[in-house]
Amino acid sequence: MASAIYLDHAATTPMLPEVIETITKSMQDSYGNASSIHRMGRDARKQLDKARSMLAETIRADARDIVFTSGGTEANNLALTGYARANKENGKHIITSAVEHHAVLHPLEKLQQEGFDVTFLPVDQTGAVSLDQLKAAFREDTILVSIMHSNNETGVLQPVEDIAAFVKNTRAAMHTDAVQSYGLSNLDVEKLGVDMLSVSAHKINGPKGTGFLYIRRGTLVDPLHAGGEQERRKRAGTENVPGAAGFAKAAEEKTLSREQAAADLSALKKHFLSRLEEEAVSFAVNGEVSRTQPHIVNIYLPGVQMESFLVQLDMEGIYASSGSACTAGSMQPSHVIEAMYPGEERAYSSIRFSFGIGNTLEEIDKTAAVIGKIIKRS
Amino acid sequence: MIYLDNSATTKPWPEVMETFIKASGDYFGNPSSMHQLGKDAGILLSKARDSAASMLGVEAEEVIFTSGGSESNALAVQGTMKALASRGKHAVTTVMEHPSVLKQFQDQEKQGAEVTYLQPGSDGRITASQVIQALRKDTVLVSIIRVQNEIGTVQPIEEIGRELAAFPKIYFHTDDVQGAGKLPIDLTYVDLYSLSSHKFHGVRGAGILVKKKGKNPAPLIMGGAQENGMRAGTENVPAAAAMVKALRLSREAYQASNGRLRELHNKMTNHYQGMTGVEINTPASGSVPYILNISVKHSKPEAIVEELSGRGIYISSKSACSSKEKNTDSVLGACGYTKERAETALRISLSAETTEQDIDELLRACSSIFPAVQLVVGGK
Repeated sequence: MASAIYLDHAATTPMLPEVIETITKSMQDSYGNASSIHRMGRDARKQLDKARSMLAETIRADARDIVFTSGGTEANNLALTGYARANKENGKHIITSAVEHHAVLHPLEKLQQEGFDVTFLPVDQTGAVSLDQLKAAFREDTILVSIMHSNNETGVLQPVEDIAAFVKNTRAAMHTDAVQSYGLSNLDVEKLGVDMLSVSAHKINGPKGTGFLYIRRGTLVDPLHAGGEQERRKRAGTENVPGAAGFAKAAEEKTLSREQAAADLSALKKHFLSRLEEEAVSFAVNGEVSRTQPHIVNIYLPGVQMESFLVQLDMEGIYASSGSACTAGSMQPSHVIEAMYPGEERAYSSIRFSFGIGNTLEEIDKTAAVIGKIIKRS
Repeated sequence: MIYLDNSATTKPWPEVMETFIKASGDYFGNPSSMHQLGKDAGILLSKARDSAASMLGVEAEEVIFTSGGSESNALAVQGTMKALASRGKHAVTTVMEHPSVLKQFQDQEKQGAEVTYLQPGSDGRITASQVIQALRKDTVLVSIIRVQNEIGTVQPIEEIGRELAAFPKIYFHTDDVQGAGKLPIDLTYVDLYSLSSHKFHGVRGAGILVKKKGKNPAPLIMGGAQENGMRAGTENVPAAAAMVKALRLSREAYQASNGRLRELHNKMTNHYQGMTGVEINTPASGSVPYILNISVKHSKPEAIVEELSGRGIYISSKSACSSKEKNTDSVLGACGYTKERAETALRISLSAETTEQDIDELLRACSSIFPAVQLVVGGK
């Protein structure tokens, strides 16, 4: 396994050693239930509060506006389903984009069955939605706009700040799925102007099973499941204190190294693209590369059948992906690439490479060489 | 330190943490990824699922991994009421459910459902005939807690299940968060079964809902095909593997210590029975050996918890997730205990590792604290 090259950091990331250490220590020393009133409980509560404050600070939010969840998917479900149900008296229209993660699209489809009306904005070939189209789709009864911060398959950044500025002057609320941006982009909820923002820990070298939803004060959200009083009644269940502590540790590390990491990842991506050219690989980047997150590049390899291509990469110990991992098992063509290039075969011949901690220029060299070899072979 | 609040949460077994750490390192891939690292994680998850299924006596595809007991209960109750809404809107449950079940039913009532809340007898138990008598033509769900989290009474789930087998369209759910890993159960006649990892020395943020084939509650969390479409979100493979390890270790440890825990339970009961103003709330029979609930007359239970906490002994005044609520509608109250008795209740919950020395120290501390606390309050 030593030679394996992991280029699927957008699917999930390995935990940092210091994160594992934090979690282990928390499990051993602070295993009390944060709702217990004895000292063990209070210690756990303190640790949870500390994690909440640290995470809040990373997005310049108030700690009281952070709701811990079991991950990004639950955070998105809570934001959309919870907001729609709590605000249905004000209207039944929701605007989103066609390229959202399934954790946004599926709950919205469910809401459609419950009588909500959802507009799925198209994207152009850059992968971005347009503010003008959003304005045109906006209605009197629009209660919610949900546009992802950056796309998980292409890395394309959406004009969330501009959209939020528009939404701010309406009665609707603005949600953004920031799962792929957190830890890389400077996310300041005031500057962004969003009312809700979803984040996941395992995408930033933190633990699986942990995430949070930022909910701006005054934004009404029904819980997905009622029960205990935890998380200000927004999310019942014994708090995952070790998970939260590990999440905060990962966020802290990411925040400290954010600018350096972004520069390093950009360099890896640039190197990757130029090495592919040197290998005389015929390819095109999906989306406008200047508007993408540094850690993701999605490339179209004309004539390549992605499934067998991935298998060949895998045999060489190179781990990449065709689109988001949550759909990869089913091997459906990517809905994101299809939305960007409708009617083309691009979705069947596109591969996502996503970089992260531990990746080196040497690994990129080897990957480009292997891709060159596979293409020449076919 | 003497930790006697094991019904609130437990300390993970060392081997469980080892599994968690190893899986986090070697199997960090996303099981939905097609490459080897993803497959490896997927294989570990399948092994965990197979192992859980074989311990629980169900099929692997009937094991749904969740984020914990609250989510499992919500998926069972809310999911069933939603999925079967066209068939009927009536459910049967008890007054002594955990809030994660009770609040689900209260929500359902707001949306038009009708719920019958069964009252236990003086022995703290619901009978199968009580359940059958409460059924209506439009009953879609029966949900009964297996081990009551505050008192420790055990409900006759197997027997109720057998009787309910005559009504195959009704889903039968049991919340076994307090019994799983500690008290064996036969799930032959149970359709939905909730458990929580951190209550049996697993890690936080993991649970299981057993969902028998053909029983299909509506999912709560959507957005991916994981868990057979019942629960979206990247699988928490390390936590699931660690949970299943904990389930195995706990089953062994609690089976081995069952007799010893019963002796400790008896010892505590005898001791408290001999103390003035102390009443035993946990029935002598039909309850688990690892939970004892008592009431201390004229006391503020929080003060006792605090005093004991200062001495490094940790017990609970009530279920942890409701610790911060004002105690007006407690489980004890609902079960027919007087208001004062309900409001002065304390829960002592043991683990397989609790020693006689631990209990002796607790009892010594109580002997000195209780009279003092009762005096203070009584003097007001």
